[in-house]
Amino acid sequence: MGSTGKIIRKKDLNIWQKSYIPEIVKGLRQTITEMFKPKFTIQYPEERFKPQPSFRGRPVLVQENEVERCVACGLCSRVCPALAIEVQASETELEKERYPIKFEINMVRCIFCGFCEEVCPEEAIVMSNEYELVFSSQEEAVFGKDKLLMTTEHLKDRLEFLRQNR
Amino acid sequence: MESLLLISLIKFVAYVSVVLVSVIMLVYAERRVSAFIQNRIGPNRVGPWGLFQALVDVVKLLLKEDIVPKNAYKPIHDLAPVISIAVALSTFAVVPFGNTIELFGNQVKLMIADVNVGILYLLSITSLGVYGVTLAGWSSNNKYSLLGGLRSSAQLISYELSMGLSIIGVLMVCGTLRLDQIVLHQTTYLGGWLPAWNIFLQPVAFITFFIAAFAETNRLPFDLPEAEPELVGGYHTEYTGLKFGLFFLAEYANMFTAGAVITTLFLGGWHLPYAEYLGLSPTMLSILQVLTFCVKLVLVELFFIVVRWTIPRFRYDQLMNIGWKVMLPLTLVNVLVTGAVILLIH
Repeated sequence: MGSTGKIIRKKDLNIWQKSYIPEIVKGLRQTITEMFKPKFTIQYPEERFKPQPSFRGRPVLVQENEVERCVACGLCSRVCPALAIEVQASETELEKERYPIKFEINMVRCIFCGFCEEVCPEEAIVMSNEYELVFSSQEEAVFGKDKLLMTTEHLKDRLEFLRQNR
Repeated sequence: MESLLLISLIKFVAYVSVVLVSVIMLVYAERRVSAFIQNRIGPNRVGPWGLFQALVDVVKLLLKEDIVPKNAYKPIHDLAPVISIAVALSTFAVVPFGNTIELFGNQVKLMIADVNVGILYLLSITSLGVYGVTLAGWSSNNKYSLLGGLRSSAQLISYELSMGLSIIGVLMVCGTLRLDQIVLHQTTYLGGWLPAWNIFLQPVAFITFFIAAFAETNRLPFDLPEAEPELVGGYHTEYTGLKFGLFFLAEYANMFTAGAVITTLFLGGWHLPYAEYLGLSPTMLSILQVLTFCVKLVLVELFFIVVRWTIPRFRYDQLMNIGWKVMLPLTLVNVLVTGAVILLIH
């Protein structure tokens, strides 16, 4: 409703178009066809979202032949922008010579950026496809080695993805 | 006389329970259909297909705390939702949902109140509904509520006119104010095959009445009194718990009544075309007719819901423009043309 000047149109509408009816009918047809289309909703507790390999879930330590790959170099801890990772190294008889005696990720601090995975020279820490993280206290949110270790079979998709895209 | 009282009582109790349950189901239907239109599933957890969702919501509203703002005018703040719901529920009383039936030797009309000025009753009661909304907006002492209430009164006044005028066309065709007579008038056939529903006799009146009904029930595209992006919640911003629930219920009861009135006035009420030729027993026929009424009502309500998700809200000036510059002249011309045609025929 411009108060000054004439409204300029590229094309003048005829009276049938001005009556607004054809556009309403078009809109109604659209709405009604939408009604019968398949639904996007995933009904959570029964159905679960299966993430793609590119999904960044909670970071885990790769476990190969019953031991973790990690050599406790501390790069992940250094690169972590949220200061969520704490590593303490120790010596071992194995070929890799060093291993983390303590490896903790504070999942309340973690921002799922994946920097730790990117920086890791041993491909020892990767982002899994797990996204259901529930804690009832701050202490419970600190994941130790017991919760972080995950076998290579479980991480097959992610490791394959990393190999192809890095 | 006693049996008459008893019948009225039974009808009243049945009516209140049926209308309240249907209104609650209407809330459920709205949520479900809206979800389907948006490619969602909608409430499906409580009971089979989520049918009890709306019922549970009512319980939730009942249990909630009732907050009255400190500076609100309490008596009117309490009164407003009562006005709204009373008006919404009493309008349905004159709508016939079936033909006259013979029950235990009594002629029973399938409507609550057989008022001889049915349409006038309907119009006057619906226009009382604006008091509930406006008083709610004013007594809340909140600028958004007040704006919602003001918009509502302006909107209802503009659209009541064209609503009344579009009904006049129907009255001229049917020659009566009784709603049951209007339905009976629609049970004849035009040219032997087309049912003489007023939608065919008065298409312009039908469209204008339908648009006015949207405005009267505060439904999108005319839901300016409660336009969420502009006015928070509109006139019921300051209402909680049961009182908010009453407004909510009144809104849907209004929608229900609007659907019933449209069905009665324009879509032939309980008339199922050609059903009288099927040779059914009178009882079967009246059951069929009541069912027909229900089906028509449900279809109209579904249309209300689908339109809600199709047409965006009008701007306030556009609303007034349509009301005064388009609808009013259109209905006036319709009355004139109808009068001329009736004069020519007789």
